[in-house]
Amino acid sequence: MNGNAQSATGASIMLLAVFLAAWQWGPGLFHIPPFIVPPLSDVAHEFVHAWRFDHLLLHTGVTVAEVLAGFILGSLLGAVVGYLLGMSPAAELALSPYILALQIAPKVAFAPLFILWMGFTVYPKILVAILIVFFPVMVNVLTAVRTVDPDLINLARAFKATRPQIFWKIEFPTSMPPMFAGLRIGATLAVVGVVVGELVGGNMGLGYLLTFGEGQANTPLVFVAIVMLTLVGGIAYLGVILIEQRVLHYLPARAVGGNL
Amino acid sequence: MSDVVRLEYRNVTMRFAQSGNRGVLTAVRDVSFAVRDGEVVSLIGPSGCGKSTLLNIGSGLAAPSQGEAFVDGERVAGPNAHVAFMLQKDLLLPWRTVDENVMFGVEIQGVPAAERMKRSQALLANFNLAEFSNHYPHQLSGGMRQRVALARTLAVDPHVLLLDEPFSAVDAQTRMVLQRDLAQILRQARKTALLITHDLAEAVTLSDRVLVMSRRPGTIIDEIAIDMPQRDDPIARRHDPKVNDYVALLMDRLGIGHAALEPAGGAA
Repeated sequence: MNGNAQSATGASIMLLAVFLAAWQWGPGLFHIPPFIVPPLSDVAHEFVHAWRFDHLLLHTGVTVAEVLAGFILGSLLGAVVGYLLGMSPAAELALSPYILALQIAPKVAFAPLFILWMGFTVYPKILVAILIVFFPVMVNVLTAVRTVDPDLINLARAFKATRPQIFWKIEFPTSMPPMFAGLRIGATLAVVGVVVGELVGGNMGLGYLLTFGEGQANTPLVFVAIVMLTLVGGIAYLGVILIEQRVLHYLPARAVGGNL
Repeated sequence: MSDVVRLEYRNVTMRFAQSGNRGVLTAVRDVSFAVRDGEVVSLIGPSGCGKSTLLNIGSGLAAPSQGEAFVDGERVAGPNAHVAFMLQKDLLLPWRTVDENVMFGVEIQGVPAAERMKRSQALLANFNLAEFSNHYPHQLSGGMRQRVALARTLAVDPHVLLLDEPFSAVDAQTRMVLQRDLAQILRQARKTALLITHDLAEAVTLSDRVLVMSRRPGTIIDEIAIDMPQRDDPIARRHDPKVNDYVALLMDRLGIGHAALEPAGGAA
């Protein structure tokens, strides 16, 4: 840790303090009514209230579980399809227009459809998350497999490597850094997918709490839900970075993690 | 050096279909030569004359359109354990330590772990890299990386080494040290080698013979025996004035310096 990083951390903490102070006293100063922007203390008070009477922890837990399930399944599916298409140029060529079409379609627009199919359960939310996480992971893995140095493959072939050996010893490890770049994007997108699903239908999760707060004109509760969602997304992102740093430990220090 | 032939090309011709129906390109035409056990032969020629194509054929990565290649008297029909190649790029795997990179080939070939470790440690000690065995490639200099690549090539204990401009990406001083290391190891281990190079002095100081190839379609136009002692010490050879004579001879054979022989945009 050097002086530069320390002063940057100091500046970040200062900014947070200024932001929180502005939140607390800004609305009063500019005569903004509390139902538009409630001061920080109101939101904190509502947080305690929601925790005790509105099952805030339960709603957060449901959202976290949906995010985790959607993220894990979506990344697995994206990685597997990415590897398969990467190893079969013919299949990629045949499927590429449909993949492109699905990628362009706004995935959150499928949320009402999934709720029609599966009802007010956790499944439509997970499905939206899977769909939204799938693409960045798949595209990154596909590109990585496609761009492996052919000389590396030839080196392995010259040692009489079998097809599975080439995959496990060359292609799979080569794809790790781009895959983690995709996973980082996926971690934050998973939260978006789940929240949209919860907004559209159901009576559980932080997305539901958002619409519930809105319906009651309870602005502080809406803020509480937004803060909790940001926390969930941030923790998911941090989790991916921690795993990435362990898996990609062999890279020069600066190349891993990147900026938060 | 014995009279046993380790590597042989017989009437090898290689054609490639060009993209966009632009016909067929003949990269190599009717190439025949043999490399005896323990011999080091260099292959020089203009860019694009098919030198690397010959290397791919020898290592079994490409099949010739006509003719055949033989290693240890057996026709090359695919990659085989008697040949190993090394390129200008070190091709080290960034996620493997130096030690694990050296063991890459023997691991694929299914050599038992204990034997792999033994070979890797012996080679790394030989190349003064023992203390770096747990380092990752990005922590090494270019010259060290290339030595690790050479150790990986030797770890599979091949009879024949195919070397495609192995030192052209390192700086001039490091290159001389690497050339000496290679020359010594080739002599000690009695390895047979085919060396592709653009560096005429490298060809002269490292080889027993130099084969000169023509512009595409590449074919062998001359063969020059290097009649000098100390093939295992290229740095000592460099002090011999005969090196300059051989280099001048090779330049003459390649047509370097005869401006009229170079058609515009001819070399690709």
